[in-house]
Amino acid sequence: MLRYVLGRFWQSLVLLLIVSFIGFTVLSLAPGGPLSQFALSPGMTQEQLDKIATQMGLNRPLPVQYFDWLSHLVTGDWGRSYRDGQPVLTIIGQHLFATLILMGTSTVLAVSLGTTIGIVSALRRRSVFDYTMTVFAMIALSIPTFWFGLVAIYFFSLKLGWFPAGNMFTVGDGSLLDYVRHLVLPAMVLALVDVAVWSRYMRTATLNVVNQDFIRTARAKGLSRTRILFRHIVGNALVPMVTLAGLQLPALLGGALVTETVFTWPGMGRLFLDSLGYSDYPVVMGLLMTSAILVLIGNLAADLIVAAIDPRIRLE
Amino acid sequence: MSMTETAALPPRPFIRSRALRRFLGHKLAMLGLAMVLVLTAACFIGPHLLPYDELYIDLRARFAPPGTGTHIFGTDPLGRDLAARLFHAGQVSMAIGFAVMVIATCIGAVVGVVSGYYGGRVAAVMMRVVDAFLSFPSVFLMLVLAAFIKPGPVMIALIISATSWMEVARIVEAEVKSLRDRDFVQAARMLGLSGRWIMFRELLPNAIGPIIVAATLTVARAILLEAYISFLGYGIQPPLPSWGNMLNGAQQYLQSAPWLALVPGIAITMAVTGFNFIGDGLRDAFDSRTDLK
Repeated sequence: MLRYVLGRFWQSLVLLLIVSFIGFTVLSLAPGGPLSQFALSPGMTQEQLDKIATQMGLNRPLPVQYFDWLSHLVTGDWGRSYRDGQPVLTIIGQHLFATLILMGTSTVLAVSLGTTIGIVSALRRRSVFDYTMTVFAMIALSIPTFWFGLVAIYFFSLKLGWFPAGNMFTVGDGSLLDYVRHLVLPAMVLALVDVAVWSRYMRTATLNVVNQDFIRTARAKGLSRTRILFRHIVGNALVPMVTLAGLQLPALLGGALVTETVFTWPGMGRLFLDSLGYSDYPVVMGLLMTSAILVLIGNLAADLIVAAIDPRIRLE
Repeated sequence: MSMTETAALPPRPFIRSRALRRFLGHKLAMLGLAMVLVLTAACFIGPHLLPYDELYIDLRARFAPPGTGTHIFGTDPLGRDLAARLFHAGQVSMAIGFAVMVIATCIGAVVGVVSGYYGGRVAAVMMRVVDAFLSFPSVFLMLVLAAFIKPGPVMIALIISATSWMEVARIVEAEVKSLRDRDFVQAARMLGLSGRWIMFRELLPNAIGPIIVAATLTVARAILLEAYISFLGYGIQPPLPSWGNMLNGAQQYLQSAPWLALVPGIAITMAVTGFNFIGDGLRDAFDSRTDLK
């Protein structure tokens, strides 16, 4: 088990290294470069620009810059924002929580709803419910998240007035209920795609388990239907779902980005767009790395959980 | 050959390919095909039937709701006809979808077939790069590229392709790996055919089913991704309309002119759903196990 854990850990680190290299290369080779923002200030001369470039070490060869940036990254120095000079890690830390809340809530929603739909679809295969849910899932996968957000705002906050149209809380109202009311719409919108994905995968996973020998054995032993359903079928069908949760993370983060934009939610997605608009390279790079780290931690955790609950994996 | 023997043979079907028959019998796929055909026809024939072009500004008819006079879908804040813009935008968005399909499928197929055929170190490195690309949320990566490379439609297609080829690569790699040790490949090797010949003339044609499925789903994905980045303001730039950038300003008029948001969104959803339905039907059609179910 320890060997497996260490092996997966090293793989993730190597992956992170490749990710950082791709991200750095893309940003460094982009036209304009980090200096473009400084070049906009009035009265800026080429001489001054060169000075700034030397100060920031931008005139060194790219590989040198990359390793310099990487070594600072490892020690927790992610640079400072071009916008307000705050350390990148501090800024990201301020926005991380809002995004995690949104993602967490929507995942809980999507998993509970999606797995239920998946199990029922599998047990009542080819029923009206099954077909309806199949079509529903495919349409849900085709709706642009941001547009669904606009439609939800139009109906639920502009027409019906049930929920606020944006932001994370009302200024001056610190109650938990206020937070929850603001959370409902964006979490629902973000969950839509995931409900579809989870229900599809859970349906397949359940069907795979239902046809296996140990279910027949359990029936033959005379176990009650509920016990077979929850202990044997659902328990086993959930194992591949843990892996899926890890694999879904990049899509979830991407979805959070646009959902945050539509609902003016103060998370990493908003920060990312604001920083892009300002060509704030250190923050953009920091956010790319943060998202990659989140994804890799998620995948690693998923793999370890699967290995812990399913002995077949560890032996491979 | 006697007459009785001939009569005992099952009748030869009108369409001989079993996969094609299965596809034509797939209700959702046919619905998807119909949706895509209707949209395509509307986008390419529609502009010729409308009295306005997509840039004509009718200042007296700003914010006209759908059905006002000859503005079937209404007008936008500048008084431009929404239908004309929608159809023109559809041409742009679908062209990008197809361009991405071609580019991403080619990249993915080459990466997949090379790493699947050679295996070992080469494959390990290539598939790690695929994993690395998959660890970025693709919207983040695309936005970074689009924000710094001031993009035209061609550049947008390339940027979306750069974040869409990995699925095809994975599918082709898995498929090629399973075909690599089959007899016909062994035979080709014994005949002394080059690796390139075996990969592109023997292996790829045998993996064509999954590739076509992935390519169809890539069109859907590309239309969706174009909408995302154009909505956020980094994609297709006005005055050239695209389904995504038509939604860009729609949020501020959600209260007063909701059709600005509803109409392009429905078009995107229809197109993406259509391609997804077709892809699903193709998957079932190429899967020989479908008959046994």
